[in-house]
Amino acid sequence: MKLLKLVPADTNIKFLKLRLPFFIVSMLLIVASWGLVFTQGLNYGVDFAGGQEVRLTFEQTETAPVEDLRSLVAGLDYGAPTVQEFGAPNQVSIRVPLPEEVEDTPGAATEIGNQVIAAIAAEYPDARTDGNDTVSGKVAGEFRQSAGLALMAAMVMVALYIWIRFEWQFGVGALFALFHDVSLTLGIFALFQLEFSLQIIAAILSIIGYSLNDTIVVYDRIRENLKKFRKMPLPELLDLSINETLARTVMTSLTLLVALLPLLFFGPESLFGLVIAITVGLFIGTYSSVYLASPILIWLGVTSDSFVPQESAIDRQEKAARGQAGSV
Amino acid sequence: MLDFPLWKKISLWIFTLVLAAAALPSLFSASGVAGPDSFEDLPTVNLGLDLAGGSHLLLEADPEDIATQRLENLEESVRSAMRNASGDRIRIGDISTANGQLSFILDNPADIDRARSELEPIINGTGLAAEWSLEVVDTQRMVLSATSRGLDQTVNDTMESAVEVVRRRIDELGTREPTIIRQGDTRIVVQVPGLEDPEALKELLGKTAQLEFKLVDDTALPTNVEAGIAPPGSEIFPFAPDTPSAGFSVAVKRLGGIRGDNLTGAQAGVNPESNESVVNIQFDTQGGQKFAKLSTENVDKQFAIILDGEVISAPTFNEPILGGSAQISGSFTAETANELAIQLRSGALPVELAIVEERTVGPDLGRESIRKGLIAMVIGSLAVITLMIATYGRFGMYATAALAFNVLILLGVMAGLNTTLTLPGIAGFVLTVGAAVDANVLINERIREERKRGRKVLAAVETGYKEASRAIYDANITNLIAGVLLFWFGSGPVKGFAVVLVIGLATSVFTALTLTRMWASGWLRKTRPADINI
Repeated sequence: MKLLKLVPADTNIKFLKLRLPFFIVSMLLIVASWGLVFTQGLNYGVDFAGGQEVRLTFEQTETAPVEDLRSLVAGLDYGAPTVQEFGAPNQVSIRVPLPEEVEDTPGAATEIGNQVIAAIAAEYPDARTDGNDTVSGKVAGEFRQSAGLALMAAMVMVALYIWIRFEWQFGVGALFALFHDVSLTLGIFALFQLEFSLQIIAAILSIIGYSLNDTIVVYDRIRENLKKFRKMPLPELLDLSINETLARTVMTSLTLLVALLPLLFFGPESLFGLVIAITVGLFIGTYSSVYLASPILIWLGVTSDSFVPQESAIDRQEKAARGQAGSV
Repeated sequence: MLDFPLWKKISLWIFTLVLAAAALPSLFSASGVAGPDSFEDLPTVNLGLDLAGGSHLLLEADPEDIATQRLENLEESVRSAMRNASGDRIRIGDISTANGQLSFILDNPADIDRARSELEPIINGTGLAAEWSLEVVDTQRMVLSATSRGLDQTVNDTMESAVEVVRRRIDELGTREPTIIRQGDTRIVVQVPGLEDPEALKELLGKTAQLEFKLVDDTALPTNVEAGIAPPGSEIFPFAPDTPSAGFSVAVKRLGGIRGDNLTGAQAGVNPESNESVVNIQFDTQGGQKFAKLSTENVDKQFAIILDGEVISAPTFNEPILGGSAQISGSFTAETANELAIQLRSGALPVELAIVEERTVGPDLGRESIRKGLIAMVIGSLAVITLMIATYGRFGMYATAALAFNVLILLGVMAGLNTTLTLPGIAGFVLTVGAAVDANVLINERIREERKRGRKVLAAVETGYKEASRAIYDANITNLIAGVLLFWFGSGPVKGFAVVLVIGLATSVFTALTLTRMWASGWLRKTRPADINI
C-alpha cells in the first residue's frame, strides 16, 4: 500500500529568509487587533455583560416571529434586545442587556428575565423555552476579571515552564507567540463582533495549549540540532529544524481540523462560538510557531553554546579528574 | 524501550481493559439500551444541567443585611438586659443603630459599672472571642460595635441556616437529587436537574417568608401614617399590593410582637365560611404561649400580620387564642397560599437571597445537543482514523486502536471519578480525539526520519519512541497547565470542558505512548521485518 505523504520528504523551505517582513506583519496585526478591541469593543455575551439570554422554539410555526419579538421585548423598556435565529428558522435567541442603573443590583437581571419570559409567554403561549440565562452585573464583572486573570496566568506559567525546560530565550519566544495568538483571536472577535462568552475563554486557553504544542515540538528539535550541529549558522539550523518537523506540524493541525469541522457544521449550535474560535486559533497558532517563535530566537541571541553549560559542568569534572597535568 | 516482558504485557492489558470497561455503564445508559442488571450500581458519567436539562441558580446574601439584623437583635437583647438588670432597672435612652453601631445613653452615669456587667454576657456571646467591642464615650454613652470575628461568625451561621431553609423548600418541590452547596462567604449554588417549572423554583426562593404579628398603634393619626410619619415607638408598613387595602399603610408598635420563627406547621386550606384560600399555621409550645399571651392581653385590639415587610391583613383579636394555631387570610389564590405554606413550613430565610445568576436548559435542547455532538464526534473520529491509516499504514492502525481505547478509558475514568459531562465537555472529547493522535504523529514521523537516515527497523522504531517522548511530555505538561487554569477559572459547563481536556491528556499519553509501543514491539518481534511501510 502506498502511504499518503502530505509533506514531501526532504523539504527545504527557507522560512527564515522572510522573517523580518513576517515579523513586521505580525506586529502590525497585533497592534490592529488591540486597536479593534479598544475601538470596536468585544461583543460581550450575557456571561460578561450581564443581562439575559433566552432561547425559544416556536413549535407551531415554520419561522419564529423575530420582528414581533424584538418590538415586544423592546417595549418592556430594558434596552434594545438582540433577537436572532438560532439553529433552525423556528428557533430564536433573545439577548436583553442589563440597564446601567441596575448593574449593581444583585437580583435585577433575574427579575428582568422573569418579566421578559412572562411577557413572551402571555403573547406566545406555544413558545417553548429551551434555555434561559441571566447574569447579574456583579457576577459578570467577576467573570471578566477571572477570565483576564486566567489568560494571563496561563501565558506566564507555560512560558516559565518552557524557560525551565529550555532556556530563557525560548520562554520569551513562546510567550511572544502566545501573546500574538491571543491578540489575533481577540482581534477577529472584535472585527466580526462575534459573541464573546465564557466558552471563548475556554477556546483561547485551548488555543494556548495547541499553539504551544507546535512551538515545543519545533523548539525540541532546535535544541537537539543545536547540540548536534555546533558549527551551523543559526538561521540555517532553525530552517532545518522547522523543515524536519514540518510533516508533523501539518499532520497534527490536519487531524485537529478534521475532528473540529464536523463539530462546526453538524454540532450543537451552542458550541459554534467555541469551535470557530479554536479552528481560527489553530491556524494562527501554527503560523506563529513557525514564523514567530523560531525567528525570535535569533534576535534573542540563542547560540549553539546555549545548551552547553548543562553538559560542560560534567565535562569539566571529568576533565579535571582525568588530567591535572597542565593546570593547578 | 521496546522490551515488554510477559508480566508487563498482561498487567498493561488488564489495566487497559478494566478502565475501558468502566465506560460501559455510561455508554449503556446514554444509548438508552438496557444493559445487564449488574450495571445499575456502577458509576456512570453524570450529565451536566446543560445536557440533562434543569436549573442552576446562584443565590447571594448581602452581608450588610446580616449585619443590620444582627444589630437589631442586639438592640432587643440590650433593652431587655437593662430592663431586667439585677437590683434595679437601668434606664437608658437615645438609642441609635446608625453606622453599624449600637449606641445609647445611661440616664444615670453612676449605673456604668452595673451596665457593664449586664452587657458582658452579650458582648462575649457563646464563642471564644468577643462578638462586640464596648466603648464608653463622655462617661455615660455606651457604644457597641461588631468585632470582625463576631460578624464573620454570624454571617457563617446565617448562611448555614439559609442553606438548610433552601434545601427544605426545594425538597417540597419533590425534584430528584437537587444540589445545594454554599460557595464563598455569602453565596449558595442550587442545581435542580429536570425541572418542569423553573419559574416556581425562583418564586419559592425569592421570598424570605419572615412572618410577624405586631400590634397596630391606634394612637397614630391616619394622615401622619399616610405621610409616613410614625409615632414614637412605632413603625409603618405598607399593605401588600394584592390586598384590598393596597396603597394604604398601617402603623404598628415596634416591640412586643411575635415572629413566625416558632412554627411547627403550615398548610394551605380553604375557609369554609368565606370560601377564601387561607394558610393555617401551628405554633410550637413557646410560640403558642407567646401568642396566647399577646391575644389575651389585647382582646378587641387590632394587629397586623406582616410578611416580608408587607401587611397581608390586619384583623382583630376577637378572643384569646390559646390553642397554638391560627389562620392567616389575605387575598390568597390557591397557588399563593400553597407557596406561602411551603415557605412557612420550611422556615423563614434568615436573610434575603438575590438570584445573581441563572442558567436554565430545557430537556429537549439537552437531548438535541447530545445527539448532534455524538454525530459530529463519529464523523470527526472517522476522518481522523482515515487520515492516520492512510498516512502511517500499520502504525496508523495502532494509533487508531489506541484512540479507541483512549475514548473508552477517558469515559471510564470520568465515570470512576464521578465527574460531570457538559456540553463544552463534548467539544473537549472531540478535541481530545483530534489532539491525542499528535503523540503518534510525532513518533511515526520520527520513525520515518530515522528510516530515511538508514537506521534498521528496530532501531528506528526504538529511537522514534525515545526521541519523540520528550516533546510529547513537554507538550502535554504545558497543555495540562492551561487545562488546570481553565478548571480553576471556569464555572459549570466550562469546568466540564477542562475536566475532559485534563483527564484526556493523561489517558492519551498512556494509550498513545505505551499501548502503541507494546503493539508495535509485539509485531516487530514476531515478524522481524527487514523494512516497514511508514
